[in-house]
Amino acid sequence: MNTIVKVENVHKCFDQTPVLKGVSFEVGKGQVVAVIGKSGSGKSTALRCINRLESIDSGSITVCGHRLHDDRLDLKTLRRDVGIVFQSYNLFPHLTVEQNVALALKLVRRLPRAQASAIADRVLAQVGMADKARSYPEQLSGGQQQRAAIARSLAMEPQLMLFDEVTSALDPELTGEVLQVMESLARGGMTMILVTHEMSFAAKVANQVIYMHEGKVHEAGDASILRAPQTQELRRFVGSGL
Amino acid sequence: MGNASFNLAYFGYMLQGAAWTVGLSALGFIGGGILGALVALARISRRTPVRWAASLYIQVIQGIPLLVLMFLCYFGLGLMGYDVPALAAAACAMSVYASAYLGDIWRGCLQAVPRAQWEAAECLGLSPAQRMLCVIVPQALRLATPSTVGFLVQIVKNTSLASVVGFVELVRAGQMVNNTLFEPFAVFSLMAVLYFAMCYPLSRWSYALERRLKTGRRTRLAA
Amino acid sequence: MQYSFDYSSVLEYWPQFLHGAWLTIQLSFGATVLGFALGSLCAAASNSRSRWLPRIVGIYVEVIRNTPLLVQLFLTYFGLSSIGLPMSATVAAMATLVVNVGAYTTEIMRAGMDSVSPGQIEAAECLGLSRLQIYWHVILQPAMERVYPALTSQFVLMMLATSITSQISAEELTAVANLVQSMTYRAFETYMVTAAMYLCLALLMRAGFTLLGLVLFPRRRKLGTPI
Repeated sequence: MNTIVKVENVHKCFDQTPVLKGVSFEVGKGQVVAVIGKSGSGKSTALRCINRLESIDSGSITVCGHRLHDDRLDLKTLRRDVGIVFQSYNLFPHLTVEQNVALALKLVRRLPRAQASAIADRVLAQVGMADKARSYPEQLSGGQQQRAAIARSLAMEPQLMLFDEVTSALDPELTGEVLQVMESLARGGMTMILVTHEMSFAAKVANQVIYMHEGKVHEAGDASILRAPQTQELRRFVGSGL
Repeated sequence: MGNASFNLAYFGYMLQGAAWTVGLSALGFIGGGILGALVALARISRRTPVRWAASLYIQVIQGIPLLVLMFLCYFGLGLMGYDVPALAAAACAMSVYASAYLGDIWRGCLQAVPRAQWEAAECLGLSPAQRMLCVIVPQALRLATPSTVGFLVQIVKNTSLASVVGFVELVRAGQMVNNTLFEPFAVFSLMAVLYFAMCYPLSRWSYALERRLKTGRRTRLAA
Repeated sequence: MQYSFDYSSVLEYWPQFLHGAWLTIQLSFGATVLGFALGSLCAAASNSRSRWLPRIVGIYVEVIRNTPLLVQLFLTYFGLSSIGLPMSATVAAMATLVVNVGAYTTEIMRAGMDSVSPGQIEAAECLGLSRLQIYWHVILQPAMERVYPALTSQFVLMMLATSITSQISAEELTAVANLVQSMTYRAFETYMVTAAMYLCLALLMRAGFTLLGLVLFPRRRKLGTPI
C-alpha cells in the first residue's frame, strides 16, 4: 500500500501548553480517515500540522514524500499536493465563484485563462455549482460556499485533501449537500483526512477512524469502533450522540 | 546667517503665537459646534426643504478650500463697511468651515443611534424635543466623541491659515521671528514641534476614545 | 451697504482662471498617484515583520498628521533651501503634498488591509500562492474596495488643500486668484469665482472617482453592496 501520510510520535506545544503528546498514524492512498474527538483534543491541530500550517516540536511527518520536519522542505510543492477546506470557507469575497476556483490555476499552475476557466467550470459542475459560477460568495448559502471552497481546492488536483470540520458552521439542512460531495470524492479514490463531528458520515464512508483524546490517539481502527468502542472514553464520546 | 541669535524672547513670542492658536481654535470649535449642531439637526429634519438646505450647505462648504473661505470672510466682512480685525474674519471662517464638517459628522452619529431607540422613545410618549434631548443626543454624543476630538486636531492645524489674513498666531509669529533671524529651518522646525505638542495629545485621546468605544460596545452586548 | 458687486471685471480673466484650474488638476493628479503609491508601500511596511520599519512608518504618519500643511510647505521650501537643498516652488509643493497624502493614505490602507480576515490569507497560502501574489490578489484588492470611499474623500480634500501651496508661490488656482484680485481690486468677487471653481473641481473629482470605482470594482458594480 502506498503511504500518503505518515505521522510518527508528534509532539506540539502552544506557548507552554502541550497540545499533541505523541501522535502517530498512517494514511494509505485512497483511504478516507475520520479524526474525531472532543473540542481541545488536538484533532484540528494535528490536521493543520499535516499541511504545515502549524509546525511540530518533535517527531516526524511525511506527506506525499515530503518530510515536513526537514528544514529544506519545499513548501510550495507540498501545498500543491495537499488541499485543505476550512470551517469558515474562506472564499475571496471580491471574486466570483469561478474566479475563486481559477485564481490558483492561473497564478500557481500558470495556466492560460481559457484553460483555467475550463477546469474551473468542470470542477464546479462536479460539486453541483455549475449554475452559480458567476455569483459572488455573499450571494450564496453556507452549503454552496463550502462546495465552492471544495471545488477551489479540488481544481489544483491534490493528492490529499484535508477537511477541517467543514460542516460545523452550517445549518443542519445544508450539511447534506456538502457531505454528498465529500462522499463522491471518496468513492472517486481521493485520499482524505477529515476532522468531523458527523458520526454517521464517518461510519458510512471512512476506512479508518481515529479517536483523539487529550492530545493522543486514544483509539483507532476501522469504522466498526464507532459501533463497538473498546475504550471507555470513546464509548462516552459516541454515546453522547455527537 | 542671522545677525541676532535665537534667545528666549523669540521663543516667548512664538509661544504667545501658540496661545493665540489655541484661542482661535477654541473660537472656531465653539462657533462651529453651535452652528454644526443646528446643521446636523436640520439634516435629519422631517421637512424636506430644511434637509436639502442643510445638505447643500454642507456640500458647498466642503467643496471650497478653507483658505478661500478665509479670504471671503476677510474681504466680505470688510465690504460691509466694518473695519474687521483679522481675528474676527478668521474666527468667522473657521466657524463656518467647522460647522459643515462637524454637522456632517454629528448627523452620521445621530443616524447611527439604533432605530429601536427612536421608536422606544416615541412609544414612551416623549415629545420630539424630549426624545432628542433625553434619549438620542446623549447616545449620539458618545458615538461622536472620537471623531469630534479628531476634528479638533484639524481645527488646530487649520488655524495656521489665519496667518495669511494677517492674524498673529503661531505661523505668523514664527514668520516674523524668521524675518529677523533668517533661520528658516530652525524656526519652522520649532513651529512644527509646537504644533505637534498641541495636536499629538489630542490625536492620542481620539484613538483612545475610539478604542474604548469599540470594546465598550462589545462588552455590553456580551452581557 | 454702499458696495456694488462687479463680477464682469473679474470674469474677464477667465482664461487665467482656467489655466490655474488646470495647474491645480495637474498638481492634484500627481500628488494623488504618487501619494497613493507611497501610502500603499508604507502600509505594507507597517505590517512587515521587522522591528524598526513599522516604528519608522508610525513616526512618519504621526508627524505629518499632527502638523499643518502650511508649516510642512515652509519647511520644505524655505527650510530645506537654507540648509543647502534648494528647489523650485513647484517641486517643493509636489513633494510636500505627496508626503502629506502618503501619511493619510498609509492609515487608510492599513485599516483596509487589517480588515482582511486571516483565514483568507491562510486559504491563499494553502493554495500555493506566493507572498507577493497573496498581497496583490487577496489583501490589496478587497482592502482597496473597502476603503475606496475614505480614500477618494482624502484625495478630494488634498485637491482643496493645494490652495495652500499658493503661499510658497506655487502656480495654481488660488495664486491666480490672488493675482486677479490685486489687479481688479475686486477681492470678494474674485474669491467667489475662485470658490465656485473649486466647487466644480471637487464635484468633478468626486464624479470621476465614482466612475473609476465602478470600473475597478465589478463586484460593487453588480451587487451594489459594501464588501
